Amino acid sequence: MTQSRWLPYALLAPAMVFLGVLFFVPLVQTIVLSFQGDAGFGLGNYGKMVGDLNFGLSIRNTFLLVLTVIPLQVALALAMGLMLQKMTFGRDVVLWVWTIPLGVSDLAAGLVWLALLQNTGYVNSALFAMGLIPGPTAWLNSETPVTLFVAVVLAEVWRATAIVLVILVGGLQLIPKEFAEAAEIFGARPWTRFVKITLPLLKPSLQSALILRTVLAFEVFAVVYALGGRNFPVLVGEAYAWQRDNQNYGVAAAYAVLIMIISLAATVFWLRVLRVKPEVQG
Amino acid sequence: MTKSLRYALLAAVAVTTAGIATTGGIGRANAQDLVFLSTQLRPIEEAQKVREMVLKGAPKTTYVVDEPSPFTVRMKAEVEANKHTVSVVGALHGELQPLVPMGALDAIDDVAAKVASRGIPAGLMELGKLGSGKQLYIPWMQATYVMVVKKDALPFLPAGADVNALTYEQLAAWGKAIQEKTGQRRIGFPAGPKGLMARFLQGNLYPSYTASMVTEFRSAEAEKMWGDFKAVWASVNPNSTNYDFMQEPLMAGEVWIAWDHVARVKDALTAAPGDYQVVAPPAGPKGRAYMPVVAGLGIAKGAPDRANAVALIEHLSKPETQVLVAKELGFFPVVNATLPADLPAGVKLLSEGVAKTQNAKDAMVALLPIGLGDKGGEFNKVYFDTFQRIVLRNEPIKATLDAQAGAMRDIMTATKAPCWAPDKASDGACPVK
Repeated sequence: MTQSRWLPYALLAPAMVFLGVLFFVPLVQTIVLSFQGDAGFGLGNYGKMVGDLNFGLSIRNTFLLVLTVIPLQVALALAMGLMLQKMTFGRDVVLWVWTIPLGVSDLAAGLVWLALLQNTGYVNSALFAMGLIPGPTAWLNSETPVTLFVAVVLAEVWRATAIVLVILVGGLQLIPKEFAEAAEIFGARPWTRFVKITLPLLKPSLQSALILRTVLAFEVFAVVYALGGRNFPVLVGEAYAWQRDNQNYGVAAAYAVLIMIISLAATVFWLRVLRVKPEVQG
Repeated sequence: MTKSLRYALLAAVAVTTAGIATTGGIGRANAQDLVFLSTQLRPIEEAQKVREMVLKGAPKTTYVVDEPSPFTVRMKAEVEANKHTVSVVGALHGELQPLVPMGALDAIDDVAAKVASRGIPAGLMELGKLGSGKQLYIPWMQATYVMVVKKDALPFLPAGADVNALTYEQLAAWGKAIQEKTGQRRIGFPAGPKGLMARFLQGNLYPSYTASMVTEFRSAEAEKMWGDFKAVWASVNPNSTNYDFMQEPLMAGEVWIAWDHVARVKDALTAAPGDYQVVAPPAGPKGRAYMPVVAGLGIAKGAPDRANAVALIEHLSKPETQVLVAKELGFFPVVNATLPADLPAGVKLLSEGVAKTQNAKDAMVALLPIGLGDKGGEFNKVYFDTFQRIVLRNEPIKATLDAQAGAMRDIMTATKAPCWAPDKASDGACPVK
């Protein structure tokens, strides 16, 4: 065997070992664990998961969040990306500022928003100082589900729009200017150019962005935990509660498997819906 | 395979395993010291006080703290790997219980003999056997749950009510009066993710109404209890489902009347002892139930340094060490020790509150769950879920209790745990009527 043939494998080996030991093995263990219960091997943990009072709620809340947050983020990121395209001066500075939230951990982001929105938080103080509210107002408890949901959406949009933006900006830069210029000569209006040229050519980037964001959105946890605790159950939060508070690793594993299946399904969904034909690919 | 590839693979394996090894080794740097792993006195200031003051005069010790769940996992891992770093463990009664079936605790009847003269009550020593017949832990320190009342709330006390002998009806009326006069709901409970709400339901509310924690779970008395508690909740601050430690909303002025573990209200009392009163929790028709909390010290089976572990436990159970812990950390002695008159004002308030609770003429002891092993978390969940459904989600009381009693029965059958006080002793698993 010559050096050039085995070298790539040797270079890949550390990564493979790493993934194998720290990803694949735990994955298999989790799946096995989810079928092991008090009564031996079976679906007991899944039964317990589905029968729990927070199960339906956590599914509902997670999907509600995904369905609200993702369209908002894509729309925002598209708008921001297109604005960046038009900028000539200071573009890098703006892009840099917009991507700052990317560097903030999600728990830290949750705590920042908690500091803003809790009873004694900055928003309460500001509104009180302006005379708009009579005293500290609670927004984040079980009796105020709507404002709690809005707060979580705000925090998620603030925290994770940047990742969509970065991918879309990369995609926008790949679209040759000639298409738009040609369309303009033929009299296409800006909206038509956006719908007929930019969007279709942006499909591959949109697909990557949507897959990444959707999978991450189904795993939303730290922001919700910081803002709402147990008042707004989500799937990963339930997995955490079963593992940490209830100390039932089997049910926690069942939740983990469910989240994995949902994430896989979402990935397949975006791959099919936004399929890019090979001949269209740049 | 060529030689270089083999080296590359070896290097990869070495790097990954080294990474695992370095993250896994607490106390590795001080391998020669005695490792004392504790789930108690965890916050950084408390741990520092343990290291700098409490352990003075003890054998050289590395004091390591961990949360209850990783604590159990860690002890299990040490047993399974048969590689021991921890010598002494300090944890609550209920956290030491799961270590028994995994064989992580050594029998320490020898230590029990050595501390016999310290005057630890026989009932507490019996708890330390964890139902095994051998001494598995030595009681370390104790605490309980109390009510803290801000003096601002006293003018609104309903006529005829004694703040030191409240009933749940009076508490509801009091909260209502405060709400009407100040516009705020000022009663608070720690119903947040890390709060101890389940302990309130198990140790205070249920026994006060039913003289039971498990058996009478869905009795007529329990139905009345939930009805009464919903009336209390009408004047409870809705942010309660976010509260973990009641000292925070007390200090922020959001809450005037709070129930919590003494250690979780201590900061508020220390910060402004003149503002508060510590009183016994309310009583129900069957009495004024309270839950004593006992932390114990055990020695790990296979401990690297058993001789010094024994010496450390002896040191920690000396009356002067116990008084020091009470003074600095707010946990009370289990041995025969007189608290000095110069206690910090906040701790003095707490110790008076604990005394009022224990010595109330209608006092009733409700023990922490015994014999549930790793089902302790799910046991708590039954109570919290019931509370969520009935009080927060307004589901019908009877139907909810019937459904939740099923979950409770499953836990009892699975663990075969016999009843503990205040439930009457049972042969076999504690029944849920």
